[in-house]
Amino acid sequence: MSTILELRAITKTFPGVKALSDVNLRIRQGEIHALCGENGAGKSTLMKVVSGVHPHGSYEGEILFDGEACAFKDIRASEQRGIVIIHQELALIPYLSIAENIFLGNEHSRRGLISWNETLRHATALLKRVGLTDSPQTRVTDIGVGKQQLVEIAKALSKEVKLLILDEPTAALNDEDSGKLLDLLLEFKAQGISCILISHKLNEIRRVADSVTILRDGQTIETLTVRETPEADAEISEDRIIRGMVGRDLDHRFPDRTPYEGEDSSEVALAVEDWTVHHPIDQQRKVVDGVSLNVRRGEIVGIAGLMGAGRTELAMSVFGRAYGRYAGGRVFRDGQEVRTRTVPEAIDHGIAYVTEDRKHYGLNLEDTISRNVSLSSLTKVARRGVVNEHEESRVAERFRTTMNIKAPTVFEQVGRLSGGNQQKVVLSKWIFAGPEVLILDEPTRGIDVGAKYEIYTVINDLAAQGKAVIFISSELGELLGMCDRIYTMAAGRLTGEVPRAEATQEVLMRHMTRDRGDEG
Amino acid sequence: MSTATQKTESPAPPPAEGSPSVGTLLLQGLRSNMRQYGMLVALALIIVIFQIWSDDILLRPLNVTNLVQQNGYILILAIGMMIVIIAGHIDLSVGSLVAFIGAAAGVMMIKHDMPWGLAVVLCLLLGAVAGAWQGFWIAYIGIPSFIVTLAGMLAFRGGTQILLDGQSLSPFPDGFEKMSTGFIPEMGPYTQYHNPTMVIGLVVCAAAVWQEWRARQQRTAYELDVVPLGLFFVKCAAIVAAVMAFTMTLSSWHGAPYGLLILAVLFVLFSFVMRNTVVGRHVYALGGNQPAAKLSGVRDKRVTFLVFVNMGVLAALAGLVFAARLGSATPSAGLNFELEAIAAAFIGGASASGGVGTVLGAIIGGLVLGVLNNGMSLVGIGTDYQQVIKGLVLLAAVGFDVWNKRKVGS
Repeated sequence: MSTILELRAITKTFPGVKALSDVNLRIRQGEIHALCGENGAGKSTLMKVVSGVHPHGSYEGEILFDGEACAFKDIRASEQRGIVIIHQELALIPYLSIAENIFLGNEHSRRGLISWNETLRHATALLKRVGLTDSPQTRVTDIGVGKQQLVEIAKALSKEVKLLILDEPTAALNDEDSGKLLDLLLEFKAQGISCILISHKLNEIRRVADSVTILRDGQTIETLTVRETPEADAEISEDRIIRGMVGRDLDHRFPDRTPYEGEDSSEVALAVEDWTVHHPIDQQRKVVDGVSLNVRRGEIVGIAGLMGAGRTELAMSVFGRAYGRYAGGRVFRDGQEVRTRTVPEAIDHGIAYVTEDRKHYGLNLEDTISRNVSLSSLTKVARRGVVNEHEESRVAERFRTTMNIKAPTVFEQVGRLSGGNQQKVVLSKWIFAGPEVLILDEPTRGIDVGAKYEIYTVINDLAAQGKAVIFISSELGELLGMCDRIYTMAAGRLTGEVPRAEATQEVLMRHMTRDRGDEG
Repeated sequence: MSTATQKTESPAPPPAEGSPSVGTLLLQGLRSNMRQYGMLVALALIIVIFQIWSDDILLRPLNVTNLVQQNGYILILAIGMMIVIIAGHIDLSVGSLVAFIGAAAGVMMIKHDMPWGLAVVLCLLLGAVAGAWQGFWIAYIGIPSFIVTLAGMLAFRGGTQILLDGQSLSPFPDGFEKMSTGFIPEMGPYTQYHNPTMVIGLVVCAAAVWQEWRARQQRTAYELDVVPLGLFFVKCAAIVAAVMAFTMTLSSWHGAPYGLLILAVLFVLFSFVMRNTVVGRHVYALGGNQPAAKLSGVRDKRVTFLVFVNMGVLAALAGLVFAARLGSATPSAGLNFELEAIAAAFIGGASASGGVGTVLGAIIGGLVLGVLNNGMSLVGIGTDYQQVIKGLVLLAAVGFDVWNKRKVGS
């Protein structure tokens, strides 16, 4: 196979940091090439170099595309050659239609006037290629994230793409949409489009990738080639990739757990009965429908479900009715019915909710680590309404050390930290609040393997101290590795409760995809 | 390298871990407060330029006193506006509210001969009610503050004209006017300087130094890094020098005006509230990330409501000070005050998206504008050009900040 893209000795420095050092990479014509590495390993930077976001001259080294040396001065120049990058954060304009988004900056026009017929015809054709049947005149905000990702790909196709770069395309997608997306990539491959896939999800890489290049600390560690020979294929297991990424063997992906042995270990710490929530705008729609569940002291209970199953909505509405319109249900703490009508009430009753979206709902990115950690329990570091800043920073310093938050001081702005460290700050905040029940919503989303392990350790420690933990996750492997029991949800209802011993990915998936009708 | 750090119990640990060196500490402090330090330097520069340009008139005791009295009400507004902006909102109504409260004060004191003390209290209450009215729509109903206060801007201006029937009311009682134009009475033996003012100045110096020292002691007690002792003395000396220079200038004229005392109390109070109290922290959190603050247990609606009540009270106070200085209640009072206050807040380091800013910044920003106004008038630049220059200064200050952030960020 011929080479479509070759990077030779790419070095890129930012003030004070060497982001890439002497990186070499070869992408063959028509392959799907996965790029792996921990957060901060330099994957995104490398792709920005390739796509001209970091223009020629701001880095050292050579880029050869189709055998020719390239010097892209901006993203437009690389797109003209057929290199299209789809970023982690979708770059669609929500209130424009699908068609308008596809041709944004590339409009079908004659003398400055848009020819709508041509636009719609072409858009329909492109949507068909990515398997979307929605009208191209639908506003982007009215379709789900999964479909938005497909629109992004349609947009890339409109640019006569030869090399498609996807940066964590499935991070926000559920398993079903992810599957569709990966099938689409395989289809493109058959059509001769090459593809670079950046992903944290190793099972996806295993499924579609022909080669895997591992980056660590801004350097290429190795390139593994899959499926050339059966022997080579066998060599590239998920463990093999993880080892390359973290530079050490991870014997266990999940840390060992010390069971909680307090006298009250069989007591139910939190019980929710018949909880029902309506959609905040469409008040006819039940987003959570009659859910009852419980969690004991020292227990980790998982909630599995596909996107839209109502897991986050359930958690947020139990936590001080922070989502939707309450339509019924009761909350019990240690057997006593409690009122959790506002967030402060929920906190007072020892409940904490760690959000799935730390940037928007978890942190004040402008502020320092120490002020973020103390925010939900300021009264603990204050006397008569006056905050003791010294005490506050001492508390934060304690968490920085115990949680291994990588930052020079606790006065570092949270926005400058990596995803994993930000997550540790959010966790610190809620651990400092001293809750008895922690609801963790996707606590390991978008963070690298090493940091995940650390977070699992923290969760296990919490359980070992007798806290009750509810663990919401879209990664079934994680739930299976961590939880004592797993509830499944689908379409707002509880569809199953599976003890650890009986849980497998297949069992859970069957419950998660059950219709609301056939409840046992 | 690390000889100057205060941790003496262990032989200097490698500077990479734990205790950053003095240089990095200083740099960090400088960088995070770049805008404020930058504006402080700019303020000093502006003062020097106009001092020279105006043939030494700018810093004459009479003119300094004037400066304080001319800008007092804008600074009062700027403090409130800074808090509103930190909370992620804006208040366009304060200029009209200043006029409305002035008119209400006029009606009470002049038309109905109400004792002025009672009228002042009623006016402050009225300001609180006006703020609560706006805060209600913003916090509990969820209408954007821009729109609610735009409506307030129109309504309060109209209310002013209704109250005054289009006419000016004057004169205010003497006691009331003193609030803005009066000075602390002279006491004690004759010196070259105004004795009470000198005493106040010395007390302020002592308090400031004591405060700095105590903070330092506490930081040491909590094993946090502190600046080296030498630098600490330099800082204290600078504070004392600045306060005393200002005090002596005022003392060689009539002494400290009452308006300055009001301002000083507000400054200390609100700096403390915003920096050291739970409520203040909640305001920052709310402006920085409202949903996250809410999920952390901040009573977001109540805090927003209180921020606007506070702004209403401060606007009322500014209205009273302004009316007292003018000696009359006029329908056109307070025109464009909201814009001056907003500009002061942004020049002083507020962020348009909320969550960032300090009360000190608001004062610095207000002073930059005030000295520019005063200085340009002294050297005879017309109000037309003054407007242009002030606009450009605002743009430059915020532009500098954006540029600086980008440089650090990438």
